[in-house]
Amino acid sequence: MHMADALISPAVGGTMWALSAGLIGYCSKKVKNEMDDQKIPLMGVMGAFIFAAQMINFTIPVTGSSGHLGGGMILSILLGPHIAFLTMASVLTVQALFFADGGLLALGCNIFNLGFFPCFIAYPLIYKKITRENPTRNNIVSGSLIAAILGLQAGAFAVVVETVMSGISELPFSTFLMLMQPVHLAIGIVEGVTTAAVVIFIWKARPEILNAAASSVPIGGISIKNVLTGITVAAVITGGALSWFASSNPDGLEWAMFKTAGVEELESPHELHASLSKVQEKTAFLPDYGFKSDESELILNENKSTEENGTTAATTEDKKHQSSAWPAVDSGTSVSGLTGGLLTLTLAVAVGFILRHKKSNA
Amino acid sequence: MANLHNNLFDIFYMDTLAAGDTWLHRLDPRAKVLTTLIFVATVVSCGKYEVSMLIPFILYPVFMVTLANLPILYIIKKMALLMPFAFFIGIFNPLMDKNIIARIDLTGIVVWIETIGLNNIMGLIDFNGLKGITGTIDVSGGWISFFSIMMRFCLTVGAALILICTTGFDSVCMALQRFGVPGPFIVQLMFLYRYMFVLIDEASRMLRARALRTFDTGNIKHNLFGQMIGQLLLRTLDRAQRIHLAMCCRGFDGHVRMVRKMNFGMTEILFVAGWSLVIVTFRMYNIPVKIGTLISEIP
Amino acid sequence: MSHHIVQAENLHYTYPDGTLGLNNINFRIDHGESVALVGSNGAGKSTLLLHLIGCLTPTEGNIRIGDYPLNKKNLKAVRRSVGMVFQDPDDQLFMPTVFDDVAFGPINLGLPDADVEKRVMTALETVGVSHLAKRSPHKLSGGEKRAVAIATVIATTPDILIMDEPSSNLDPGSRRRLISLLKTFTHTKIIATHDLDMALELCGRTIVLNKGELAADGETKALFHDDNLLEASGLEKPLTMQGCPFCSKEPIPVIAK
Ligand SMILES: Nc1ncnc2c1ncn2[C@@H]1O[C@H](COP(=O)(O)OP(=O)(O)OP(=O)(O)O)[C@@H](O)[C@H]1O
Ligand SMILES: [Mg+2]
Repeated sequence: MHMADALISPAVGGTMWALSAGLIGYCSKKVKNEMDDQKIPLMGVMGAFIFAAQMINFTIPVTGSSGHLGGGMILSILLGPHIAFLTMASVLTVQALFFADGGLLALGCNIFNLGFFPCFIAYPLIYKKITRENPTRNNIVSGSLIAAILGLQAGAFAVVVETVMSGISELPFSTFLMLMQPVHLAIGIVEGVTTAAVVIFIWKARPEILNAAASSVPIGGISIKNVLTGITVAAVITGGALSWFASSNPDGLEWAMFKTAGVEELESPHELHASLSKVQEKTAFLPDYGFKSDESELILNENKSTEENGTTAATTEDKKHQSSAWPAVDSGTSVSGLTGGLLTLTLAVAVGFILRHKKSNA
Repeated sequence: MANLHNNLFDIFYMDTLAAGDTWLHRLDPRAKVLTTLIFVATVVSCGKYEVSMLIPFILYPVFMVTLANLPILYIIKKMALLMPFAFFIGIFNPLMDKNIIARIDLTGIVVWIETIGLNNIMGLIDFNGLKGITGTIDVSGGWISFFSIMMRFCLTVGAALILICTTGFDSVCMALQRFGVPGPFIVQLMFLYRYMFVLIDEASRMLRARALRTFDTGNIKHNLFGQMIGQLLLRTLDRAQRIHLAMCCRGFDGHVRMVRKMNFGMTEILFVAGWSLVIVTFRMYNIPVKIGTLISEIP
Repeated sequence: MSHHIVQAENLHYTYPDGTLGLNNINFRIDHGESVALVGSNGAGKSTLLLHLIGCLTPTEGNIRIGDYPLNKKNLKAVRRSVGMVFQDPDDQLFMPTVFDDVAFGPINLGLPDADVEKRVMTALETVGVSHLAKRSPHKLSGGEKRAVAIATVIATTPDILIMDEPSSNLDPGSRRRLISLLKTFTHTKIIATHDLDMALELCGRTIVLNKGELAADGETKALFHDDNLLEASGLEKPLTMQGCPFCSKEPIPVIAK
């Protein structure tokens, strides 16, 4: 599944961007160093191949539904992990730009989830370990299947973590996980089977292609370990900087922290507490624009929550303090943000009309 | 298959749009890429329960669509097609987050819209004229964040589509290169984009040939699948080899260079700076609430 | 100018999978000559052309382009003077726009940007498609693609022009334009083709390949009158040299004689 802009916070999006950018940089360097300039058109055309191959659907036996080829695993097997990663990243970029699959900020997440895990985890640690130097029909099938499934499981897990860390979607960690993992088990099996089918075909028709890929072990240069350490550091710094930024602004990161820390609370029936205090934390950062508050209503609500969970007392205190600190707007003359919103919308559209009118006059 | 072909036509159409000739089209691609990124990042940085704050942001897409002569209905249609996805994810929010954070109170004379702390969502509408309505409507945080997700979705997707429709894929690539994206990745993007069309054509020819011989237009059986894709793959590999030859014949030495005149001039600086200012202002001040407050103070 | 000659000596080539590509090919093409390379499918035309640009290395024998033997060391120099138009223009047009594509060669030659632009526009004008400069190759028709592919090659100002089936997939009008265009080139030309009428019109000399071997090498008109040779090589007399089936008049005199 693709992550979407609408569901991620800038901190998560930025961190994943940094990670993916680091990996792209590393792989580009790797490809450049390999000196084999034949790989340049090869990579590009293979990306196009993934697009084209995805239009060939097949019927999944038993279920009767249709499946198609995935991406990361087959690319890794045919081209080696570095080229495969770059190719996957390019496919996802095109999807983000043209089909708005995911989105621009979520692109980092998507590249990482769908590129890193199959290319740098599942392929070297699973597929290669199973097939080793001498691929046979059986170990190609089992290698592809297990690697594809685990690669996708890892990707799905990352989607869940990123979504929950972002805190925009309300889906609790465990529920989301229960939703994602089984779905991706099915997708993984399909991807594994298709990958195996194609690899076996190639292995029979042109075995030298597989051998070439298998032997393209990174030759010296930078080791993946160093790179991983490097990007982890970069990610931590970016994440840290962004969360500092977030904490000095009304932003989503505390939410993320809070949420991941408070997973159990979210599942518990006393959800109200958690969400309420979130609301309060949230509002604590809000700038003091026209605030309308009816004290009695507020207290009513607070009492409700206090009844349900005594521990909110402290936050309630906090909140009272804050709300009194906000300039109280006379409720009689207060006009809603809704009205303001409608007005703004009208204004924006009007600007459009004016611009168009002006242009047609010009 | 039909789906992919539609996507292909879509790309063709967006390409055509990007070939337009307005000043926005002519603007240095870097300016547009930068502004789009700032826009998306800022929209995404708005708090989870922000709804009204997001409204002013629509000014940017409106501005771009209008001045770049983009077909507004097409953009809306494209967004609508993707809507179910955002809806599917967003709809969990009302289900999970039932915590009431806003209340619409319809007691007699006045309609209250009470929000706990979240003054920015709604305020108070004076409905003096409507008598006899009673009761309250409670709005949960889930619904509010759901609307927020849908708005974010429209804004971010819209911005990405507008970028590609005013700039074109290759110019976006060139801009990315100037921003320091590594050369091999840029070349990769350009090749992918170029050969996507060729290979999809090749794949559909294969499918057509199969359909004609099997008298069956449905999906292919799984055992045939490996062969079909494998064939396509072999053809692809051969093609890659031929392309490489063609490149070598014209002096390819491992680097793909391009001459693209790009000029980040005054217009571009003003464009980026102007929009950044506007976007950040929208983020810092909740304009709708400000306007609402202002109006209420007039009498 | 002796450096425009193309010479093959005792060429042999076997593909890695054992398929025989070329067997004992000898010829010498002089400066300014226009030579057609004909033969049935799989006769080895493309294989031979790929040798001439150093994309394939002969298993035996050697090639001289100008004064140099073609080898790794002077491959670059040779490729500067030889331009090749490939069989499938999609393989040749790999850049995002027509302009970028035509500019690819000149940029690699190390020309300054201004000259590159001038070269590109001149090349596009020569083939009559300067209006396509900003288009993407994937949006061109077959004939337009072919024209641009030719432009990409002339932009590198080669001394020797090599083409693999340039007139395939062209409608009669485009084919005619292509022929008139090629007539204006004074370069050495080597054209592999199944279009024997075009060969007759453009090339004074023809080399016939059959199963990787050189079946004949001589004046085009003479070879095309040799029915035995044509039949043995899987070819057929060009239409312009056959009598008209409707009015049973003699072949078109201008060309056939
Ligand atoms: N990459 C390859 N590997 C193995 N054999 C090949 C390869 N390419 C071509 N051949 C074989 O070499 C022989 C000559 O092929 P070539 O492409 O030169 O023919 P051609 O004269 O250009 O034919 P056409 O008119 O169909 O283009 C054929 O028998 C072909 O099957
Ligand atoms: Mg050929």
